[in-house]
Amino acid sequence: MTKPKTTPKSIHLDTLSLHAGSRPDPVTGARATPIYQSASFVFPDTDHAAALFNMERAGYVYSRIANPTCAVLEERIAALEGGVGAIAVASGQAALHLAIVTLLGAGSHIVASRALYGGSHNLLDYTLPRFGIATTFVDPRDADAWRAAIRPETRLLFGETLGNPGLDVLDVPRISALAHDHGLPLLVDSTFTTPYLMRPFEHGADLVYHSATKFLSGHGVVIGGLLVDSGRFDWDRPGASAGKFPTLTEPYAGFHDMVFTEESTTAAFLLRARREGIRDFGACMAPMTAFQILQGIETLPLRMQRHVDNTRRIVAFLAAHPLVESVAYPELPAHPDHALAQRLLPLGCGAVFSFAIRGSREQGRKFIESLKLFSHLANVGDAKSLVIHPASTTHFRMAAAELRASGITEGTIRLSVGLEHPDDLIEDLSRALHAAGKA
Amino acid sequence: MYVTVEGDPVYVYTGARAFDRARSTIVFVHGAANDHSVWGLQARYFAHHGNNALAIDLPAHGKSGGSARTSIGSIADWLTALLDALGVDRAVLVGHSMGALAALDMTARHPERVRALALLGPAAPMVVSDVLLDAAEAHDHLAYELMTGWTFSATSHLGGNRQPGIWMTNVALRLFERSRPGVLHADLEACHRYADGLAAAKTIHCPVLLVFGQRDLMVPPKNARPLQDALTGKRIVTIPECGHSMMAEAPDVVLDTLREFIASLS
Repeated sequence: MTKPKTTPKSIHLDTLSLHAGSRPDPVTGARATPIYQSASFVFPDTDHAAALFNMERAGYVYSRIANPTCAVLEERIAALEGGVGAIAVASGQAALHLAIVTLLGAGSHIVASRALYGGSHNLLDYTLPRFGIATTFVDPRDADAWRAAIRPETRLLFGETLGNPGLDVLDVPRISALAHDHGLPLLVDSTFTTPYLMRPFEHGADLVYHSATKFLSGHGVVIGGLLVDSGRFDWDRPGASAGKFPTLTEPYAGFHDMVFTEESTTAAFLLRARREGIRDFGACMAPMTAFQILQGIETLPLRMQRHVDNTRRIVAFLAAHPLVESVAYPELPAHPDHALAQRLLPLGCGAVFSFAIRGSREQGRKFIESLKLFSHLANVGDAKSLVIHPASTTHFRMAAAELRASGITEGTIRLSVGLEHPDDLIEDLSRALHAAGKA
Repeated sequence: MYVTVEGDPVYVYTGARAFDRARSTIVFVHGAANDHSVWGLQARYFAHHGNNALAIDLPAHGKSGGSARTSIGSIADWLTALLDALGVDRAVLVGHSMGALAALDMTARHPERVRALALLGPAAPMVVSDVLLDAAEAHDHLAYELMTGWTFSATSHLGGNRQPGIWMTNVALRLFERSRPGVLHADLEACHRYADGLAAAKTIHCPVLLVFGQRDLMVPPKNARPLQDALTGKRIVTIPECGHSMMAEAPDVVLDTLREFIASLS
């Protein structure tokens, strides 16, 4: 084993964003990733077909289970996050659902941050209980609350890197250590940060998912989700984890009594998620969608830096404006997670944040309707700047007490800062604030 | 399944098929700080095509108990004890890297127990660099990073896996990270100090398959020339654009190469 070099091989994030998972097409020489718009793939012979179905050979059978274009995207996000692999799914919600149903069944329990995207809250609080999966929501900043909420039947801890919409910074090192002490994995929604700003696996998270609709694709043209496995969590570790994850450690009748942790030491979770979750629930990603997300990721480092630079300019403008009551951005010293953000998010705290206008709901309405460059819609992470009123839209199903607990008031306005020139965005905001002041 | 070998529990992956003494047996032996899972696709194929495909976890590796053996000879002895424990008289041995050396040594010591020998990514001697040995001894993460860096071809470091959605370099890194303290160093020392490979090779008369990765940085094919020269009756296959982790980088080529070799035995 003589070696030519004595330094570890390391490929930078910028390079992986362009190349990971992709090779020039061996048949045509196409350099861009081809869109394999095919439902099925021809078997060379019957033995090969049987071997593909029985996981004796690698390859493609049917695009619900795996598709070559989606596979490039899966490798790319796994490389960017530092995971062992990934699964591309129909949406961020599908990614969250896939993570949960791969590990949990009726009678299981989740401990989750209460600062969540409204759609995630809906799934956990209203829908999953119907299937026997309960969730306890806790203040993401209160480690004791996380610990106290863990029950014997708890199987997962879950939070967002930056909570929606108050930008609560999840203390991933602390909460993951707490989870591991109890033999549990930590699942993190990393949509707001992307691997450019934070790689949660480096801080102890075990599973990460993205709504790739947002910054990864970056242009607001597709719906997609990505679920990534760190490969670090030992599902059958003697002691705290023993017996907690039978979907991975016990024979699965749905695949000839396969024991996933025996088939793959590091990627058992992904194996089950693909062989059961995608197969049976079917929330797969379309290859065209994967292609568009790949195009977006190629420029992710460039775009995220510009998103953050613009956001910093706008945060500074709003924080100094007399009609603005508060700005929730962790880079501001007044934010409760300022010190944590400096440690975990040194490159920036993303481009989605909320602020509150002084006055009534009418001022908020007038402000939003006076904006010209900021588009009023339900999305974030677009190249174009966006605005929304969470209490009446994304979080409208939450009760008043839950809204308050999530840091949302009637005056809260959420911005997603795009890639326009910052001076133009500030002018737009200034004009709208002036109009709101006269309302 | 688990069997007891030399007093310790040993995990043997059987491709989800029950072990049957009436069947021919193929034993897959992994490399340094690896486990049975590196053979997943290939072992599963043979298990479902009429064989006992036994991908083992060596002592102190993966799910097996015991302590890591500190020499290639002692691993070879342990392999013989494994066959005894299973009641297998003869088997095809398939070894990768360190596992190839152990299979080679066992074949020389107990030729009557080995029907044929497939050596993937072998070399004899197999010299290990000081920086890697030192990092492994210090239980420094650098050792895992160096191993991961060298075990794949440059092309594979950018992915393009045949297994959909799997980023193979991190699979390898995580596997190294999971190895118990001291195991990687014991394995590397065993490879580094093994001086009997060429003498062993000269005594072997069973069919032998040598498989090399054209772009193997860990064990460059040129380092195996003395071993090639010492072996008679060998078949040599070099996989283009492939590194040391050939079971992951070129799973179908490895499988088909093994299929043809094993089919030729009958």
